[in-house]
Amino acid sequence: MISWPNLVSQLFNGLALGALLALISSGLTIIYGTLGVLNLAHGAMFMIGGYAGFVTYQYTESFILAVIAGSLFVMLLGVVMERVIIRHFYHRPHEDQLLVTFGLGICFVELVRLLFSSQSQIVPPPALFQGITNLGFMFYPTYRLAVVGIVAVALGALFIILYRTRLGMIVRAGIEDSVMVDSLGINVYRVFMVVFGIGAMAAGFAGIVNAPVVSLTPGIGDDILVQTFVVVVIGGVGSFPGAILGGLIAGEIISVTSMFNPGYAYVMLFAAMTLVLVVRPHGLLGVQGRE
Amino acid sequence: MTDDLIRRGLSRRGLLQTTAGLIGGSMLPAMPAFAEDKPAIGTYPAGVSGSTAFIGISVPRTGTYAVQGEDELKGYQLAIEHINQGHELIKKISPKTSKGVLGKELKFGVADSAAKPNEAVQAQQRFISENKAIMITGGTSSAVAVALNKLAQREHVLFVCGISGSNDTTGKDCVRYGFRQNFFGQTAAAAIGPVMVKEFGKGKKAAYLTPDYTYGHTVTKSMQDFLATAGWTTATNQVAPLGAPDYSSYLLNVANSGADVLINVNWGHDAVLSTQQAKQFGVLDKMKLVVPYQVPFIARETGGLMQGVYAATDYWWTIEDKFPLAKMFNEAFEKKYGYKPEWGAENAYVSFAHWAHMCEQAGSFNPPDVIKAYEKGETIPSLVGDVHYRPEDHQCIRPVIIVKGKQQKDMKNKEDWYDVVEIVPGEGLMQKPDAFGCHLGDYT
Repeated sequence: MISWPNLVSQLFNGLALGALLALISSGLTIIYGTLGVLNLAHGAMFMIGGYAGFVTYQYTESFILAVIAGSLFVMLLGVVMERVIIRHFYHRPHEDQLLVTFGLGICFVELVRLLFSSQSQIVPPPALFQGITNLGFMFYPTYRLAVVGIVAVALGALFIILYRTRLGMIVRAGIEDSVMVDSLGINVYRVFMVVFGIGAMAAGFAGIVNAPVVSLTPGIGDDILVQTFVVVVIGGVGSFPGAILGGLIAGEIISVTSMFNPGYAYVMLFAAMTLVLVVRPHGLLGVQGRE
Repeated sequence: MTDDLIRRGLSRRGLLQTTAGLIGGSMLPAMPAFAEDKPAIGTYPAGVSGSTAFIGISVPRTGTYAVQGEDELKGYQLAIEHINQGHELIKKISPKTSKGVLGKELKFGVADSAAKPNEAVQAQQRFISENKAIMITGGTSSAVAVALNKLAQREHVLFVCGISGSNDTTGKDCVRYGFRQNFFGQTAAAAIGPVMVKEFGKGKKAAYLTPDYTYGHTVTKSMQDFLATAGWTTATNQVAPLGAPDYSSYLLNVANSGADVLINVNWGHDAVLSTQQAKQFGVLDKMKLVVPYQVPFIARETGGLMQGVYAATDYWWTIEDKFPLAKMFNEAFEKKYGYKPEWGAENAYVSFAHWAHMCEQAGSFNPPDVIKAYEKGETIPSLVGDVHYRPEDHQCIRPVIIVKGKQQKDMKNKEDWYDVVEIVPGEGLMQKPDAFGCHLGDYT
């Protein structure tokens, strides 16, 4: 029997979960859309963002500095990764890219395990957002509410970069036709480096923002990676608005299914993905015609 | 000599047989006496024909049970070191042990099971075929324990179980070649149930968080069965997959269930994360929390959320005030690893010490002989007093320790997380050996 307060609670929870998935997926989809690289280390970068923020928090006890440091560290890591390894794989088959990024992800996880052990680490939410808020129809953790706002602002910032700046214009043009952008005299490879950095930063930012919600362990990025890929496929590979839409849909499916039978949450998620692929092979907002 | 034999009319085949006999005879002093008078079975006697005996260890070093797996591994390593040294503590448990087991130095290999049965079985199969492991161990996940039970029976190699709480491990999935030192989920329920009824009253509503595999389902069922006798009902049972990344959806169902008590059956990082999130969602302000099968390190990892919470456990280090062997163990462990041992380490150490004891009692590594030594049901020491293994299901009868989380102001040091409320003797808690349908297999 449906309990309305529970349904509304789960719908709201789906929104919060979906917002986070949207942010992580946007990074993945920007990298794939522009560079054509399926970055399987994206989940590890989400995790590293959390740990970089955790270390910063240990020294500064400032959550804001932790968020800044976590994001910048992963952006830097993304840039280095692109320069040192990924750029050698742009013209290689997809399976090579998958294997090398998957391998990098494993290395990152084991390195973090070596440095921090498997014990979970806690980053407390900022004092302003501690406690529980009464929304009238439910009680909800204040910090999770704040996460919805923080993620909305971050997605807004990404939107402005992608749709209101020259860099964004080049990136979007690169998604459509990177050869043409290159022939117009723009150094596509430098843009690629920046794009990889921004995509990685989105994961790192999500990692530290999410840290007070789930607590940190080295394996935290593994599950999120799978969900993120599902989101990207549902929304449309390479589509920024698609990542947001896909994230919200995935969040709601997981949350609402959990109300009836939690065991089927992921079954329903993958069923929805399959349905989308059958009806719209390029995803809901995917770029038509892209190979 | 050969010429003499030929001159005496021996055939070519006779000559070869005699030569082989002479070579074999010349090797006899190097071969242990027990190796020749028992038929070969499993890895015996091949695995112990040299000066060493090999043990295959599979523990989760990654995934949701990684922290507990590491603690367990440290316990195994300390036990092997002590057995090889003939350490004073090992001698208290296994008096005949001098250096090594039956004079053989123990060697071991470690594999990461990631708490996945197929990975544990593959690793142990390799240890058995390539290293001729004479004993295997693993657990932390009951699904792994059940899978290794089956492997042990098939390969005729002893399986000394690591942590496994499922009723099935020495219940319906029990085997002749498997032994478990820690208690059933049912035993934990029987121990903590009366404490809960005394503390919270009769006729309460409980919400369960259950991990979706043999351990979770059997512990939840045992808790429900026991509490039903005091009129408790189940408001909701939220079943989540092992390693769930987020418990928010489940906790909203719990928050809306109207339950008085949240019984968190999860283990490993799942228990830590779900308890932390239960606090975030205000569930712990609305209802009491109970952890029927305590998770090592949960107090530390949740940063104080276990304050005032009841839990059942195999071991808590402060019992050293009552048990001298526990004190010896704590001191040795802390000296080597720098922290107080938790349940996994204790379980691992004692399980190996008991196995060494049984091999020494049998005077052989021959698996049927060692099994029969266990099956004598002899009372033997452990870190929590004298215990014995039940011949019918190979389950160790041992006390359950009920702890309650200390308030921060009462903590005497940074590892003083719990008060020991009660040490409940195992005998009165145990269900009958056939209660879960145990039928041990054959010896050979």
